[in-house]
Order: sequence, then structure tokens, then C-alpha cells
Amino acid sequence: MRLVLVGTSHHHAPVELRERVALDREHAAALSVQLGEAVCLSTCNRTELYVVAEDGDEAERRAVAALAEIEPEVEHALYRLRDQAAALHLFRVAAGLDSLVPGEGEILGQVRTAFEAGTPGLLLERVFRQALHAGRKVRAQTAIGESPASVSAAAAALAEQIFGDLDGCSILLVGAGKVSEQAARNLRTRRAEITFVANSKTDRAEIEKQLAHVDVVVSSTSSPGYVLDASTVERARRGKQLLLIDLAVPRDLDPAIHELDGCYLYDIDDLEAIVSETLAGRRGEAERAEAIVAAEAEKFHEWQAALDVVPAIASLRARAEEIREAELRKAEGLLGRLDDSQRRAVESITSQIVNKLLHMPTVRLKQAAAAADGGVYAEAVRHLFGLGEDERR
Amino acid sequence: MAELLFWPALVLYGEAALGYFGDARRPGSAGRAATWGVRLGWLVQSALLGVQAARENGFPWGTWAGSLNLFVWLVVGAYLIWGCRKPYRLLGLAVMPLAAGLLVVARAGGGTGVGTRSHYSNLFLVLHVGLVLAAFAGFTLAAALSALYLWQERRLKRRETTILRRPAPSLASLDALAARTVLFSLPALTLGIAVGIVRLISNGDKVDALVVATAVTWLVWAGYLALRATRGLSGRRAAYLALAGFALVIVVRLALPATHFA
Repeated sequence: MRLVLVGTSHHHAPVELRERVALDREHAAALSVQLGEAVCLSTCNRTELYVVAEDGDEAERRAVAALAEIEPEVEHALYRLRDQAAALHLFRVAAGLDSLVPGEGEILGQVRTAFEAGTPGLLLERVFRQALHAGRKVRAQTAIGESPASVSAAAAALAEQIFGDLDGCSILLVGAGKVSEQAARNLRTRRAEITFVANSKTDRAEIEKQLAHVDVVVSSTSSPGYVLDASTVERARRGKQLLLIDLAVPRDLDPAIHELDGCYLYDIDDLEAIVSETLAGRRGEAERAEAIVAAEAEKFHEWQAALDVVPAIASLRARAEEIREAELRKAEGLLGRLDDSQRRAVESITSQIVNKLLHMPTVRLKQAAAAADGGVYAEAVRHLFGLGEDERR
Repeated sequence: MAELLFWPALVLYGEAALGYFGDARRPGSAGRAATWGVRLGWLVQSALLGVQAARENGFPWGTWAGSLNLFVWLVVGAYLIWGCRKPYRLLGLAVMPLAAGLLVVARAGGGTGVGTRSHYSNLFLVLHVGLVLAAFAGFTLAAALSALYLWQERRLKRRETTILRRPAPSLASLDALAARTVLFSLPALTLGIAVGIVRLISNGDKVDALVVATAVTWLVWAGYLALRATRGLSGRRAAYLALAGFALVIVVRLALPATHFA
């Protein structure tokens, strides 16, 4: 059986093309059914088809045709991988190593969803389960996904550095830009609450009043001057801790606020510098993650290689068992005089002889499979022991 | 036996100190190994104290060095309550070298062996020394938490770009945890002093410099809690006050051999 991967991602195709081959869960499931034993992984950064078939070339042709049917232009942006390379790619994807932001956590859930919606057989089931395991292992054993990768996530993480659990923390949103909305959303996912949204028509006195009660201020207006100055904040806060996130250019918040006791002001440059540093850290952790993924891919390779010899081992053992039972039947006249415990002892001894004789050939066959000679050895065993000849006759 | 237990305890505390150092440079397995070092080291030291208690005729930690041995055990034990959690590993960087160092000093002073004699009654020393040392262990941790608070606050004020790569406990949790530790430690100190005063009066002894220093220490830590409750003292100012209180704890510990044990 061959594992075939055909797909495209942010490395090969622009977003205009990727969005045309992006599939929702229902379409992905339908495509998996159409391709036989298949899983379709479709996210905003990639659309990939994992197919298992006896004929790898044929499976690849069908997968390419299926994607080209959705969007003909995608054909030139497709990558095609087989067996070990395809498995390694999937492991890297699940670990977040192939993502736009290294180590992002969403992809692991997307791989699981794709797997659940697919039509996996033995091989795909194994490769996807192992990919999910590799993804979890990378997250548990490295810090690749621990630090924020965007300005909005960094703002939320900074709030946690000051207030700890953000449950019950209140946010004052001044103005509403795209990034400030994302920052507010990130804070809300950590259970902080937006208590007031101020716009250009909101009275300054009202903002000052709100300032006395909130824990975080996110500001992003197009105001040419400062929306809040240091004296206003000092009057309202009186030493209470406050995180101020200024995402506006020109800046909304007086830099002198940062000098006040208990006030921490971060502008867009500060946040971008933090994100840049955390991304550098993620790339460092990626080296450790790659080693974990490679080890998992090797384990999969050994398992897959063993598949070639498993039928030969099973036939060999069945044949030996068949001979053992036949010989015992032939000796029925002699064995009839034995009592039950003596009969059991004879059964046990003959089984042990068979097992001991077959132990080394089994181990050697598996080792040969891992070293890519499995097929040759399996054929030799079939030939030497005449396995399957009865069926052929 | 006590000798056999001292070395593994010291090695494990030392391993923990080195592990925390490694974890600060690159978070991961070194931190986990350090945490196990603390756990196992504390268990071994517990066994050491157990052997001392079983072999001794009287209270085994009645000497300056012996009380230091007990103090180390209390500090590490208090740290273990929450110190094994990942964000608090940074604190281990301060606690464990101190613990290992003080354990060496305790041994140099003969505080980790058996065979010393105490002329005090068991009950008096268990209450007085035990309670005061437990309180001092709590104050030591509160001071360490406050120092970590000041360090973390400085990073935030400096807008250090690495702040999210090496996250520390939040300012709010450090502040609250320091206050909670003091809240548990102050009653222990109060009781320990009360037992000491009862003993002082019944023996007709005079108040020495150490008693005065301990009373001042009590006042500072009581003031810390009172100001938090009434004036809303928190954050940086509370952290500075905790460090001032800890300075007095050091003075009392250093003055101990020159006064009580003189």
C-alpha cells in the first residue's frame, strides 16, 4: 500500500488561489469518500489530500484531478509526496512546524477534524493518529507554542503578566481599529470583560470616569493629539495597576503615563518588538520540535515497513501450527494412553518448540523490513517454506 | 546515619539550584529535574531531622547551627507548597542556593549531627524555636516573592522584549501570595514570642538585644499587614516593606549566637 500526498499551502500558493481550493468540512468529507481511503485537510493555509492505494501513481493522478476540478489553476502550485516523505510532512504540519507562525496551536485541532471527517483505513488511521501524537508531544516537550505570535495576543499575555487570571478584569476600549478589536477579542477569550467603548463623540470626562474602574485600556483612534495624558491617569488611578495598550499612530496615550506608579504603557512598537523576540524563541524551539517529529516519523516508517512482512510471518506461524497439530493427530494412538495433565504437557512442549524455532526468523524478518529488505526476505520465506502454494494449486 | 542523610540532601538541593539556573537559561527539562531535586532533597532532610529527633536526648535543634538546619527544612517545605508550579521556578533560583548554602553552614556548626545536649525542656523549645523559625521561614519566602515582584515590575517598566519568552508569575499573584504568607507567619511569630516571654518572666531573665530586635521585626510585619488592610498598601511599596522586614529577620538570625546561645 502506498501513501500519497497531493496538496498546496502558503509556501506554494497565494491566498487568492488557496481560498479557491479551500473546502468546508462537508466538501472535504465528500472528497474523501470519492477518493476511497483518503483524508482531506483543508485550512486557511493549506488544502492537502492524503490517499492510500495499491497503485501510488494512479492515486496521485486521481488526487490531482480532484483538486484541479475544484480550481484548474491550482495544478501548477501542487506538491506531491509519497510514503515516508508524506508522513513526515503530516507530522510537521500537526506539530505546527509548517505553519505561517511556527508552533501555532490551531492546526492540531484542524488535523483531528480532518481525520474524523475522512475515510481512513489501517495505514491512514495509523499515520494520522501518530501525527496527532507527535503534535501533542511537541507542544508538551517544547515551548514552541507558549509565547504569543501576534500583537493582539502579546497585549493579552502582558495583561496576564500583571493581573494573572483575567477573569473579572475590565477593559476600556478607546476607538476601534482592526488590531484593537483583535486585542480586545484576545482579552475576552481569557474571560476579561469590555466594560466601556469610547468613540470620537465620547466626552473626555466620561473616559476619565471609566478610567478609575478599569484594569486595561486599549486605544486606537485617529486623533492627532493625546487622548489621555499623564495627569488625567494619575488623578483617576492613584497608584492602582493599569495596563495601557496604545495601538494608534500617531499615539493616543501620553508616554509619561508609563512613569506613573502602577501604570504600564505599551505602544505598537513595544508590542512588535516583543512579538519579534517571541517568534525568534519559537524558531529556536522549532529545532527541538523537528527532532521529535523526525523520531516519530522513523517509528512510523518501522511500523509501515513491518506491514510488508506481517503476512509472511502470519503464514509461517500458521503453517508451523498446522504441522504441529497434524503430527499430534498422527500420534493420537500413543497419546490416547496419557492422562489429561500429560497431554497438556505434550501440547505445551510442542508449542514451545514451534515458538522457539520461529522466534529468530520473526525478529530477523522485522529487522529486514526496517532496513527496506523486508519484501525480499518475505518472498524468500514464502518460497523456502512453500507458503501459499496450496492456495495457488 | 545522620551523616549518611546529610550528603544526599545537600546534593539534591545543589542539583535543584543548578537545575533552576539551567531552567532560567532554557526552560524545560532542567526545571523539572530541579523540582524533583527539591522534593527528594526535602524528603531526605526530613529523614535527617527524624533521625536527629529519635537519637537526641532533648530538643535536637536547640543550638544555633541546629536551628539553622530546621530553618532550611522549613523554608524548603514552605516553598514546596506552591514552588513546584512552573511560573514559580524562577523563585527556586533564589531559594535553593540559599537552602544549600545554609545547610552547609548548619553542618559546619554541627547542626546536622547527633549527640548534642540541650538544657532546655522539650516543650519550651519546640514551641518557641519551632514557631519563631516557622515564622522566619515564611518571612523569608514572602521577601523572596517580593524581590521577584520588584524584578518582574522592573521588566515591565523597562519593556523588556524577552518578558513573554521567560514569563514570571503575575504581579497580582506575587503580591497576594506574599501577603498570604505573612498572614500565616505572623501568628506563628506572635505565639513564639509569647512563649519566650512567659519563659523569660518565669526564669526572671532580662530582656536582651535579640528580644528587642525580634519585637521590632514583629512590628514591621504587623505593620505590613495592617497597612494592607487599612491603607490598601500593595505593589512596589509593599514589596519594599517586606524586604525591610526580611533585613530584620537576617539581623535576628545573625544576632542569635551572640545573645541567646552565648
